[in-house]
Amino acid sequence: MDFVSFLIQILNSLQYGLLLFLVASGLTLVFGIMGIINLAHGSFYMVGAYLALALTSLTGNLMLAIALGIPLAFVFGALLEWLLFSHLYKRDHLEQVLLTYGLILIFEELRSLAVGDDVHGVAIPAIFSASIPLSENLSYPVYRIVISVVCLALAAGLYFLIQKTRLGMMIRAGSHDRDMVKALGIDINLLYRTVFALGVALAALAGMLAAPISSVYPGMGSSVLIISFVIVVIGGVGSVWGALVAALLIGFADTFGKVLVPDLAGLMVYLVMAGVLLWRPEGIFKKG
Amino acid sequence: MNPRISMFLKLAVLAGVVAFPAFGSDFYAELVAKVLILAIFAMSLDLLVGFTGLVSFGHAAYFGVAAYAVALLTPQYDPANLWLALPLSIGAAAAAAFLIGLFVLRTKGIYFIMVTLAFAQMAYYVFHDTPLGGGSDGIYLNFKPDTSIAGWAPFDLNEPLHLYYFVVAALLVVFGLLKLVLRSPFGRVLVGIRSNEHRMLSLGYATFRYKLAAFTLAGALAGVAGFLYAVLFGFVTPEYLSWHKSGDVLLMVILGGMGNLVGAIAGAVAIVGLQEVFTGWTKHWQLIMGLTIVAAVLFMPGGLTAVPGRILNWKNGGAK
Amino acid sequence: MKQTRMWQRTALAVAAAALLPGAAYAAEKVKVGLMLPYTGTYASLGNAITNGFKQYVAEQGGTLGGREVEYFVVDDESDPSKATENASKLVKRDDVDVLVGTVHSGVALAMAKVARDTKTLLIIPNAGADELTGPLCAPNVFRSSFSAWQPAYAMGKIVAESGHKNVVTVSWKYSFGEQSVAGFKEAFEKAGGKVAKELYLPFLNVEFQPYLTEIASLKPDAVFVFFAGGGAAKFVKDYDAAGLKKSIPLYGSGFLTDGTLDAMGGAGEGLMTTLHYADGLTNAKDAGFRGKYEATYKIEPDVYAVQGYDAAQMLRAGLDAVKGAKLDKAVMIKAIEAAKIDSPRGAFTLSKAHNPVQDIYLRKVEGRDNKLVGVAEKALADPARGCRML
Repeated sequence: MDFVSFLIQILNSLQYGLLLFLVASGLTLVFGIMGIINLAHGSFYMVGAYLALALTSLTGNLMLAIALGIPLAFVFGALLEWLLFSHLYKRDHLEQVLLTYGLILIFEELRSLAVGDDVHGVAIPAIFSASIPLSENLSYPVYRIVISVVCLALAAGLYFLIQKTRLGMMIRAGSHDRDMVKALGIDINLLYRTVFALGVALAALAGMLAAPISSVYPGMGSSVLIISFVIVVIGGVGSVWGALVAALLIGFADTFGKVLVPDLAGLMVYLVMAGVLLWRPEGIFKKG
Repeated sequence: MNPRISMFLKLAVLAGVVAFPAFGSDFYAELVAKVLILAIFAMSLDLLVGFTGLVSFGHAAYFGVAAYAVALLTPQYDPANLWLALPLSIGAAAAAAFLIGLFVLRTKGIYFIMVTLAFAQMAYYVFHDTPLGGGSDGIYLNFKPDTSIAGWAPFDLNEPLHLYYFVVAALLVVFGLLKLVLRSPFGRVLVGIRSNEHRMLSLGYATFRYKLAAFTLAGALAGVAGFLYAVLFGFVTPEYLSWHKSGDVLLMVILGGMGNLVGAIAGAVAIVGLQEVFTGWTKHWQLIMGLTIVAAVLFMPGGLTAVPGRILNWKNGGAK
Repeated sequence: MKQTRMWQRTALAVAAAALLPGAAYAAEKVKVGLMLPYTGTYASLGNAITNGFKQYVAEQGGTLGGREVEYFVVDDESDPSKATENASKLVKRDDVDVLVGTVHSGVALAMAKVARDTKTLLIIPNAGADELTGPLCAPNVFRSSFSAWQPAYAMGKIVAESGHKNVVTVSWKYSFGEQSVAGFKEAFEKAGGKVAKELYLPFLNVEFQPYLTEIASLKPDAVFVFFAGGGAAKFVKDYDAAGLKKSIPLYGSGFLTDGTLDAMGGAGEGLMTTLHYADGLTNAKDAGFRGKYEATYKIEPDVYAVQGYDAAQMLRAGLDAVKGAKLDKAVMIKAIEAAKIDSPRGAFTLSKAHNPVQDIYLRKVEGRDNKLVGVAEKALADPARGCRML
């Protein structure tokens, strides 16, 4: 690998890692704060991508579609929490696993009924459709850079939200001691609904952002689900910061694994995970 | 339920299973054999989920490792010997469970669920991406194992009927073994760990070792199921280790009612039965399956085996 | 030759029988087991094949060879781990006379195993694994589609003739991808080219960026790829967005651009691919087929629909030969072997290994069509290496 290619591969790793972070951040929040294990998280990513598809064809513009899609996804998440997940807090993890496993099947089939099983594309907004030349024959799509920037901005936003706002304070308190929060007179149901809806909106946003570069296709949710699990495992449940570090680690492991040890490409991510778990069984940023 | 009635019911069902091939067609005999194999698989997971309180979401890994072991142990143009291939396959599954157990048993709760899933996924990619077992295309088992001991073959697994009764026998052996284990002091420690691990620790039990032993045993028994499944269908793919398979078997355990070996068997029957019925109805059968699962979780806590009790309760005016 | 004429005579006899009310023999139904994907990634392919098959049956007035067709349908989910079981469900439970399926090669291999074990007639309407009509060929196993080798081999010659000397290949790591690359390499290196590097991704992985970077640094004259479905659309888009399409021409087996152009946006424009079907064929059969298909199903037909349609034609050839009598498999097999299938893709015959001997077309993407450029290879037969029926 020459030096320029090496640098470009680093860029590839960062970009992939950041997009994974966006999906995993919502998952880790819901895990950490609500103690809910949600297998349907990948479905929210898929829902986001199909929302982008539908709204783009309606409005003619992806950015407008995203602006509309985020509140829709948020409301969808809140509804889902009210309808189903709110019954699960007192149940054990096992039943949560089951219910969300059932939801995967339902979402996948509803998608098939509503949109069919074809592969669809979403156009990149015209202003971001250019590419920047990096080497003599390779250029880098501006849109991918935009995604990375948006992901970074969201990471910063989440950090601010959790560390500096009243909602964040409640979230932090809620993840440590539920009863304490209740005793303080905070509406824990509303808090949970908000956090869950936020998680859904984050996953859907990731799906919407990724739609133009990944295409929109059946089964796209389960491809990101497992990798998000791995990220949450490596980063530590409930730690947004951990999810960011872990996602970047996975981005690098995957990209360089493919180039340097192609025979083990699919395994690389899991080898990294095993290594981290040997060192810290509860993830890099374990919560107290 | 009255123990005598329960015993009678069990024997009646067993008699039905034994007599089944005389009435059902080849296809249905194969289907029943498949259900029995999955029942073994579900019971092995129940040892962890129901009795020890360890919710493993990666149990398909050990099922798959044993299935691959028998496929790889079978030469291309000859059968393998059953008495060699069976223990080696089970051993491979047990070894995998032991190794993975060393990692995952250091974690708890939600974390345990996710880590077992992630490690099973790792095992999946070992077979999916490396040339070890035919990659994502899978591998064929062209010959069912040969049962001869020093030139004498007590039965022939190529005979569908012999294979069927071999599976029935395996189910009974695994069922009996698990009953024995659960009645032993070891089994009581496991149940103790489920209800309160801290107490067991302070009583001086090295709970990690007990959990590791249970995890390895469960892996080995899942290996029995994987071995039989590979022999029955003659084909092994990485999908045997996929998280969908881990989810399916977890579903069987929960639907049947945790901590109850008969429940695990009932769960296997119910899931395979539902799949058979739903796939016959519509192309979108997975929608019905999903709705059924969601409804079962919301409205049927305690699983299938709790239903008779609940009905009785309800008839008695809900008196406790 | 003689058999062809006999087939024609049989066809005439059947046509006559169909025209004369009351002359139709009181034949039993024919039980057809459709084992195709109706959920998951390949669901749209499974539907297209089913549509094509049923369209041909409808054109014959709802019968094949004078028999009513009874369908038994199983969703194979493209899941190889359920394949043996699903196939034996159709054969042992439903007692079907013929199995039709499927898309996924791994599933088709399991079906072929069941078909061989139970001596059931099997017609494969898509799965292209070379083995099916190679080392695993069997008298009762037919294919109405193609072998992975065929379109790729044809492309190898085209790429060499375009003056490219040094090519990199990219594909998923699974037998279908590897066989496509091998077919391409065989023809391309025979014509004097050199495959500089074969890149493989884990099956269904779509994170292409690292590979595109590697291609750029290898600087080949051209790139040959095998991808299908969502992965194909994504690869072409990423390849274009990375600016590589301008400097390094991209070639592929036709599946790259079949059913995926919509998802590619404009990124696929101008791509050259090879396949046994194309838009803009000039035969009358194709025009009629497309018109009826669009009228019935309200969507444009694709290569998969054609393959389903031809599977029904092949079955009819077999049924015609037994003339309403008991389904004698030996007679049916002989008749299908000898049949000349009047396919929308252009007429084809079957090789001794039971794979179509067919024209492979060179196509170019124009808008939403894979427009016919010319015939890349005339009547190309798969070498069927390892088949003992040769």
